[in-house]
Amino acid sequence: MTIRSFYSFALQFMFMALVVWAIYALMVTTKANLEARDVESGFGFLSQRAGIPINVSLIDYSPSDTYGRAFLVGIINTIYTAIVVIILATIIGVLMGVAQVSGNLLITKIAETYVEILRNVPVLLILLFIYGVVLAGLPSVRLAWEFFPDGFLTQRGVYFPRPVPLKGFNLVILAMFAAVVFSVLFARWAKNKKNQTGHTLPVIRTNLVILLVIPAVVFLLAGQPLEWDAPVLRGFNFKGGMKLTPEFVALVLGLSIYRGAFIAENVRSGILAVPKGEIEAAKAIGLSPNRIIRSITLPQALRTIIPATTNDYASLVKDSSLAIAIGFADMVSIGGTMIGQNGQALEVIAIWMAVYLTINLIISVLMNLANSKFQIVER
Amino acid sequence: MKFKNLFMAGTFLAASVASSFAGTLEDVKARGILNCGVSEGVPGFSNPDASGNWAGLDSDICRAVATAIFNDANKVNFVPLASKQKILAVVTGQVDLTSRTTTWTMKRDTKEGVDFTTIVFYDGQSFMVRKSTGIADAKQLNGASICVTAGTTTELNLTDFAASNNLKIEAVVFEGKKEAVNAYKAGRCDALTTDTSQLTAFRTTMKDPAEHVILTKLISKEPLSPLVRHGDNKWKDLVTWVINGLITAEELGVTQANAVDMLKSSKNPTVQRLLGGSGDFGPYIGLEKDWMFNVISKLGNYSEIYERNLGKSTPLKMERGANALPRDGGLLYAPAFR
Repeated sequence: MTIRSFYSFALQFMFMALVVWAIYALMVTTKANLEARDVESGFGFLSQRAGIPINVSLIDYSPSDTYGRAFLVGIINTIYTAIVVIILATIIGVLMGVAQVSGNLLITKIAETYVEILRNVPVLLILLFIYGVVLAGLPSVRLAWEFFPDGFLTQRGVYFPRPVPLKGFNLVILAMFAAVVFSVLFARWAKNKKNQTGHTLPVIRTNLVILLVIPAVVFLLAGQPLEWDAPVLRGFNFKGGMKLTPEFVALVLGLSIYRGAFIAENVRSGILAVPKGEIEAAKAIGLSPNRIIRSITLPQALRTIIPATTNDYASLVKDSSLAIAIGFADMVSIGGTMIGQNGQALEVIAIWMAVYLTINLIISVLMNLANSKFQIVER
Repeated sequence: MKFKNLFMAGTFLAASVASSFAGTLEDVKARGILNCGVSEGVPGFSNPDASGNWAGLDSDICRAVATAIFNDANKVNFVPLASKQKILAVVTGQVDLTSRTTTWTMKRDTKEGVDFTTIVFYDGQSFMVRKSTGIADAKQLNGASICVTAGTTTELNLTDFAASNNLKIEAVVFEGKKEAVNAYKAGRCDALTTDTSQLTAFRTTMKDPAEHVILTKLISKEPLSPLVRHGDNKWKDLVTWVINGLITAEELGVTQANAVDMLKSSKNPTVQRLLGGSGDFGPYIGLEKDWMFNVISKLGNYSEIYERNLGKSTPLKMERGANALPRDGGLLYAPAFR
C-alpha cells in the first residue's frame, strides 16, 4: 500500500465514520426528545389491535386484526397495484411507441397526441379526473349495467362471477403446469434443431396450442370441475362474485396511461436508435418485415429501452402512493391512518421508505438482469 | 482539527435540538404572532370565507388566544393541517396550538406527546344518509358502503360500531374530508360518517340539503378540545383559561357590546376579576391584567362566537344542545374564576 492510497483510504474511512456517527447522534437525540415528551416510540404498536377498516384486501383481514397485519394488507395492495400497472403501462407504452414510428400518418398523430397530453399533465390530476369520471359516468348500483352475463358495471365497482374450483380441479392445475413444462421443452428442442439444421419451427403457435389444449382436455375429462359464483344485488350492494373497486380501477387506469406515455417515448427512441442502414440491408437480403423486427430492430432497441424503462417502473411504484387521494387502501393510506391513531409517524414513515426501497431495488435487479441479457455479446 | 470542529458542531446541533423548546409563551411573544393549526376547511369550525379569512369556532379560539397575548386578533398565522398532521404539528413545534375539531382521547393525551386543554365543543359521531333510502337507524346499514376520512377516531368508532352490532360494511377511506364528501355526493357510498357537527356543515354544501338526513342517534362521544405540546404547563394553563374565560363571560352575561360598561360599573366581583378590574389574574398566566377584557371586547363571549359561526343565523343552524350552559340544559361548565 502506497502512502497515497493509505491517505486516501484513511480519509474515506474517517468520512464514513462521520456519517455513521451523525446518523447515530440523530437517532439518539430523536429518541431522547420523544421520550422527554412522553411520546411512545418503537414498533410495539404493530402487534396492537388496529380497528382500521380496509375494503380491498388480498389476504384475510378484519378490523380486529393487528396494525402489523393491516400494514401488510397495504403493502400487498401496493405491490399488487404496481404489478398490474407495470404490465398495463408496458403494453400501452409498446403499442403507442410502435404507433409513433409506424409510418401511418393517422396512427402516428394519434399516438403523438396521446403521449404529449398524458406526460404533460400531473398524474394526480389524471387520477382525480378518472375517478371523477368513473363515479359520475357509471350507473348507480340499482341501475347496474350488465356488460356480460353476470358481470356488472356500477359506481361501486366492476363485478364478475367468481370461479369456484370443485373437486378434481387440482388435476387441471397439474395439467397447466405440465403444459408449461412441455412448451419450454419444445422451445428448447426447436432452438437446438434450428442451430443444427437451420430449419425454423413455428414455436409460438405450437406452444399456444400446447398451453390451451392440454388443460382444456383435462378439464373436460375431469367433468368440468368449476362453478361460477355470480354477484347478486342484495340490499345496498352486490353480494358474491369478484369485485374491482372504482378506486382501484381509477388508480390502475390513471397510472397506466400516464406511465404508458413515458414508456412509449422510450420505445420510440429505442426503435429510432437502430441504424437505418441495418434495416435497409436486411430488406436488401430479402428478410420479411416480421423477421426484421424480431432479429434486427427489437434486440438492439431493447438495449436503449430497458434502462430508461427501469426508471419509469420505479417512478410508477412511487406514484402509486397517490392512491390516497382517491381512497384506495394502499400502504400509504393505511399507514396514514396508523399515524393518526398512534402518532408514531417516524416508525411508519421508516417502514414506507423501506418497502418502496425494497420494491424498487427488486425491479432494478430484474431489469438489470434483462438488460445484461440483451447487451452485445462479444465473442 | 477540521474534524474536531465538525464534531463539536454536530454535538451542538444535537444539543440545540433537545433544548429548542423553552417556553411556548416566550417563543410566541418573541415571534410576535401565534401559529395556530386549523382544519383544511370545515364550515363553522375553520373554513376560509369569501375574502380568504379563516372563519369558525376553532379559528376564533385561535384569535382569542392571540388577543389575550397581543391584544390583537389578527396576530394569528393559521396553519391548515390534514387530520394525521394535527398532533404531530404540535409535538414538533410547527404550531403552538392545534384548534381543529380534535377528539380528546386518553391515548392521545398520554402517549402521543400532547396535552388537551379544555372542551370547546361536545360532539358525537353519526351518519348522513339519503332520505330516499328510508334509513332511520344506523343498525340498518348492514351491507352498505360508507365514506370516511383517514387518520381519525371516526374509523375506529365505525369499526367498533359495526363489530358490536354484527354489521358488515364496506368502508371507503379518504385522505381528506372534501374527497369523502364528494364521493358520498357522487353516490359512491350509501352513508357518510363523521362528527354530527361536521355532517351538519357538509349537508349545507349539498345541492339539495333536504334530501339528506343525519341520524340522530350518536355512536360515540367526541369531546373536541384544542391541544398543546405535552410538558409546557404554563402554556396549557394559558390556553385553558382563555377558553374558560369565554365560557365564564357567557355565564356572567358579559358581551362584546357591554364589556366596557361592565368593567366600569359592574358590582359583581367575578366580572371584575374576569375583566381585570380587580385581582392579578392575567399575570398568573404571564399576561396583562386586561387580557380577558381584550378578548371579549374584540371577539365576544362563547355564546357570541357560537352564534356567529354555528348558530341560527348561519347556514348550519345548529342548536346549542350539549354545548349550552348547564342552566340551559347543556354541559358547558367552566371552573371557578377566582
